[in-house]
Amino acid sequence: MLAFLSKRMALLAFTMLVVSALVFAAFEFTPGQVARKVLGPFATQDQVDRLTEELGLNRPVVVRYGEWLGNTLTGDLGYSTLYKTDVNKIIGDRLQNTLLLAGIAFAIIVPLSIILGISAGMKEGSFLDRSISVASIVTTSVPEFASGVFLASIFVIWLGWLPGTSPLDTGTGWSIWQQLVLPVCVMVLYDLGYVVRMVRASMVEVMTRPYIRTAILKGLNFRAVILKHALRNAMIAPFTVILLQLNYLVTGVVVVEAVFAYPGFGRMLLEAALAQDVAVVEAGALFAVLISVFTQIAGDLGYMMLNPRIRFS
Amino acid sequence: MSSATAATMDRPQAEGAKRPILELRNVSISYFVRAGELKVVPNISLTLYEGEALGLVGESGCGKSTVAFAIMKYLGGAGRVTGGEILFEGRDMTKMSEAELRGIRGGRMAMVYQDPMSSLNPVITIGKQLMEVPLIHSNVNEAESYKRAVQMLKEVNLPDPEHIMTRYPHQLSGGQQQRVVIAMALMAEPSLLVMDEPTTGLDVTVEAAVLDLVAQLRKRHNSAIVFISHNLGTVVRICDRIGVMYAGELVEEGPIGEVFRDPRHPYTRGLLNCIPTLNADKRTRPLSAIPGQVPPILDRPKGCIFAPRCPAAVPERCSVAPIPTETYGSSGQHRVKCVRMEELPKHERPGTSAAPANANAAQRHDAVLTLDGLKKTYHQAIGMFGGAGYDVHAVDGIDVAAERAETLAIVGESGCGKSTLAKVLTGIELASSGKVTLAGKDIGNTAVENRDGDTKRAIQMVFQNPESTLNPSHTIGYVMERAISKLKRIGGKAARAQVDDLLRTVNLPLEFANRKSRQLSGGQKQRVAIARALAGEPELILADEPVSALDVSVQAAIINLLVDIQKKRGSTLLFISHDLSVVRYLADHVAVMYLGKVMEYGSVADIFAPPYHPYTEALMSAVPIADPDVKQRRIILEGNVPSPQNRPKGCPFATRCPRKVGSICDDTQPPEQVSESGHRIACHIPMTELASVTQVVF
Amino acid sequence: MANDGIIALTWNRVRLLKESPIGMIGAFLVIFWIVVALFAPLLAPFNPNISNMDALIDPTPSAVNWLGTDNQGRDILSRIIWGSRTVLIVAPVAVFAAYVVGCLMGLIAGYYRGWVDQVVNRIADILLSFPAIVLYIIVIMKVGAKATNIILAVIFISSPQIIRIVRGMTLELREREYVAAAKMRGESALYIMLVEILPNARGPLIVDACLRMGYTTIAIGVLGFLGLGLPPPDPDWGGMVKDTYAMMSIYPHMSLFPAGAITSLVVGFSLLADGMREISIRD
Repeated sequence: MLAFLSKRMALLAFTMLVVSALVFAAFEFTPGQVARKVLGPFATQDQVDRLTEELGLNRPVVVRYGEWLGNTLTGDLGYSTLYKTDVNKIIGDRLQNTLLLAGIAFAIIVPLSIILGISAGMKEGSFLDRSISVASIVTTSVPEFASGVFLASIFVIWLGWLPGTSPLDTGTGWSIWQQLVLPVCVMVLYDLGYVVRMVRASMVEVMTRPYIRTAILKGLNFRAVILKHALRNAMIAPFTVILLQLNYLVTGVVVVEAVFAYPGFGRMLLEAALAQDVAVVEAGALFAVLISVFTQIAGDLGYMMLNPRIRFS
Repeated sequence: MSSATAATMDRPQAEGAKRPILELRNVSISYFVRAGELKVVPNISLTLYEGEALGLVGESGCGKSTVAFAIMKYLGGAGRVTGGEILFEGRDMTKMSEAELRGIRGGRMAMVYQDPMSSLNPVITIGKQLMEVPLIHSNVNEAESYKRAVQMLKEVNLPDPEHIMTRYPHQLSGGQQQRVVIAMALMAEPSLLVMDEPTTGLDVTVEAAVLDLVAQLRKRHNSAIVFISHNLGTVVRICDRIGVMYAGELVEEGPIGEVFRDPRHPYTRGLLNCIPTLNADKRTRPLSAIPGQVPPILDRPKGCIFAPRCPAAVPERCSVAPIPTETYGSSGQHRVKCVRMEELPKHERPGTSAAPANANAAQRHDAVLTLDGLKKTYHQAIGMFGGAGYDVHAVDGIDVAAERAETLAIVGESGCGKSTLAKVLTGIELASSGKVTLAGKDIGNTAVENRDGDTKRAIQMVFQNPESTLNPSHTIGYVMERAISKLKRIGGKAARAQVDDLLRTVNLPLEFANRKSRQLSGGQKQRVAIARALAGEPELILADEPVSALDVSVQAAIINLLVDIQKKRGSTLLFISHDLSVVRYLADHVAVMYLGKVMEYGSVADIFAPPYHPYTEALMSAVPIADPDVKQRRIILEGNVPSPQNRPKGCPFATRCPRKVGSICDDTQPPEQVSESGHRIACHIPMTELASVTQVVF
Repeated sequence: MANDGIIALTWNRVRLLKESPIGMIGAFLVIFWIVVALFAPLLAPFNPNISNMDALIDPTPSAVNWLGTDNQGRDILSRIIWGSRTVLIVAPVAVFAAYVVGCLMGLIAGYYRGWVDQVVNRIADILLSFPAIVLYIIVIMKVGAKATNIILAVIFISSPQIIRIVRGMTLELREREYVAAAKMRGESALYIMLVEILPNARGPLIVDACLRMGYTTIAIGVLGFLGLGLPPPDPDWGGMVKDTYAMMSIYPHMSLFPAGAITSLVVGFSLLADGMREISIRD
């Protein structure tokens, strides 16, 4: 277990190093572009050159990467040219907002997908199964911006129950909770179907296993067969997938945040990338990778705990 | 005591006094699939009395497992009992509610399954799985059910039952798992035990121990048994009566002795004729395969279902009206479904001889293949994620030679290293040390990609699994053409011209060239595989369990084909098998392997007569023989095959050997004793003493 | 020819599809949009890029503009019809390109194993640990928003996943006895990978390709919606939603119709994939 963890940690460090270097290289534009961004279109070329000099942007990329790496390791993520503040601060704020959104969505998705997936998978081909399966396929196929449009037309324009934007600002007259409803709905709709299908597929597979037959022919009733014999086996395979959803929910929500003008992590990444704010994109990418790798490790650990075949090997 | 005599004595003497446990009256079973209704079992009737054991035998697809599950009233989503009555203890199962069925299943009626590993829930401890049974059926508390579970584990001879209770299924060996399944079935003292191929897939020594256990428990618990098997030998060991099924019908049924001594249905006769037994070989007794194939369910012939394949069929009598099942002989218990049963001559079992004829022991040929101290060691990493590890000596120093135009059999149970040996010979793995000499060239350290064209041509292989031996995306013609063109190093066009010859060699219709493997039966696929191996006219054909996945009637045909081809072409056959009966039939020389070492090597005559290596002796005593008149000395092997990483320092067999001398066996590698005829035995017991035992099979 | 081509094998599967009603609905939707894209010049009533200033007064659906006009007075129906071309050219090309890369790398990694596998796996891992959308943004930012660059971005996102699938199947299929037989008669590694292994991995790959067409359609729409899609004025469904989203509270039809169009196409691909999967299980 310890060997496993240390190996994964080393891999994590390696991946983050590569990713940061890649991002750095990707944003390697002509010198002066960054300074131009900061100073705006009306600054003279002389001013731009001076700022470039000042920021040290005319030095070779490797040197600047090394410097950035050093700063990052000491906890200083740099200065955002877009938000005009420390990257640490902006990331902290935005990540907090996104975690709120992601947390609520995750808390809905997990129990709901397990219940739906198990109910669909316990009798393959039944009416319930077909209904849940087709519904899952359809909901995951609706792009987030499209379901945003659909939901907004119903609940914002037609019924007027909810706000169309969610800036997390109570000045609009809507409470924070009302503002969260639509973004959460879009995320759940888009993501739920996928997890449901994973759980269903695993459950269908488990139900064909001879040990389920053994349980039935022992004289157990259907409920006991499902709860005692099928459920735990059916959760082994989708466990990792379920945890990986955290990854999507935190870092993949750019579209939802853009649709609802939500001040979150994803929209920050988008805006920073469009504004070529390297420091923010770098830091954002690192956090994204960190979250992604940690959910993977947690998924693998959970998988090992659930599965005695691996636990005792 | 021979199990055959035991079976004879146990047969119920006073039929009238016994009460029927299970009666199937005109039961029909269908599966409903997209194509329509498949009448898998059109009409079956049978009766099982208290404490009696009935064996249902037949080849795959004959409906025997369907009958077994119909008895449990469990046919899955698509299956249904469409007619008749299934009376269990006098009550009709087909009319019971789910709740009533639950009360019976696992209680009065329990089941033992094929493949115990997958029948046990992998994430629940053995203890919990066992305790469920009394908790459901006996209305007792946790403590009491724990006590009963431990008690039952003791009864099935599992060591340290308290410890086993805390284990998960994957932590037990196959034999232990099957004991657990049996224990689970017996937990509620059922009056009927349905066993579906309970020993299929287990090694022969483990199988023998499980069968002995079943025979013991049967007496102690007085449960009636329905024993489903494709192996007639196991039925002889366990059962009082036998029912032979063919294409969904019960064609013959009766007491074991009567059916085996005087089989009346031509299918039963055919089946008996195509089973190789431990006491016959290719010189003394030809195997006769049953021609043709089982008819598809939607296209069954009118009248007798076996008529199209039957050597005794008379069309105007057999293929007109449905054939009734009638009683034969004086016992009143032998029932046969054949219009000609009275007029058929008495069945002569093909000649058997206790001491095998040893036709070519004297004449030695030059060796085609020689193995000198061949070793293959794998490095096994510990745990999932690398780090330190240990070495597994899969093949640990083998010296044998295969002569021109002869068959050398390598025989052993799983884990003995026979498959690793095949991989090294084919060049898919490299030898760790030692030499493999093929036609004067050392090829042990040349990977298959680096072998020269002639070496590739000279050694070809026939594989075990008909389902994976042919690429499902390719046609048979393409497979053959490609093999000819690569191995003979000729162009595609010239190769195509030779495809027909090759198909003829393996007795396949020429139009098969356009078919794909999924349109072929298992036997036909193996024929194609043999043809593919023959494409370059190899000196050595390596056959790794080529018939173990086939039904016996098909198996006989493939074995005959191999014998035939060898006779015609003079090729050498290296035949790897776990089945001593087949080896006895086919081989000229035999090497018996255990944990990577050759324990005994000699001509087939030497191997199957004393002196025996204690392991060979135990193997022979374990093989189930489909003949109640053949007697076998019983030798029970304790324990499991040790895992290759912690095998004994001395003799690999020391941990299980019933004739162990003392600590010398554990500590010192046994010397190899060689007789004049070249018979080699690796054992601390002197050859003369080993020779003083009697025949195992007589 | 004794050896059937992949195309013939795929066609067999398509013919079987009529047994799956769900798959048929999917196929209908996909074929509908393919036909629309093919005949766009004939079907579109107006030039998609010409503004009709009169329509700006009342852009709602009318007898002339069946689906109404957008914020610049352009006919929405015509823009949706022409927009289908963008998606149905870029998505298949992008998915095909991702498959060429993914299959080759996956086959090589799974067949050779060892360090080759390690290296390929590491690269795939790193690409996969980027959130897809961030990777899209970075790639598009770096190379600019052009159709070829969208394809490039799809290759980056999709091929690691294809590599995983193909590698997994190769690891399993390479142990088949027919592969050993091919080695024993001296076939080259390339022959074994392409002729012995790849055709037998087609079942899951066809299903995946179909799903992936859907994902890619979504991705193209999302890029358009985020303003990273094809440069204006050519119509693209995601971009159409983006341009009009601000006006939703007054003229919801401007966003609803393009959103409906993209949804129906993606749902089509997904249902088709499900039908294919159902058939491949029965096969």
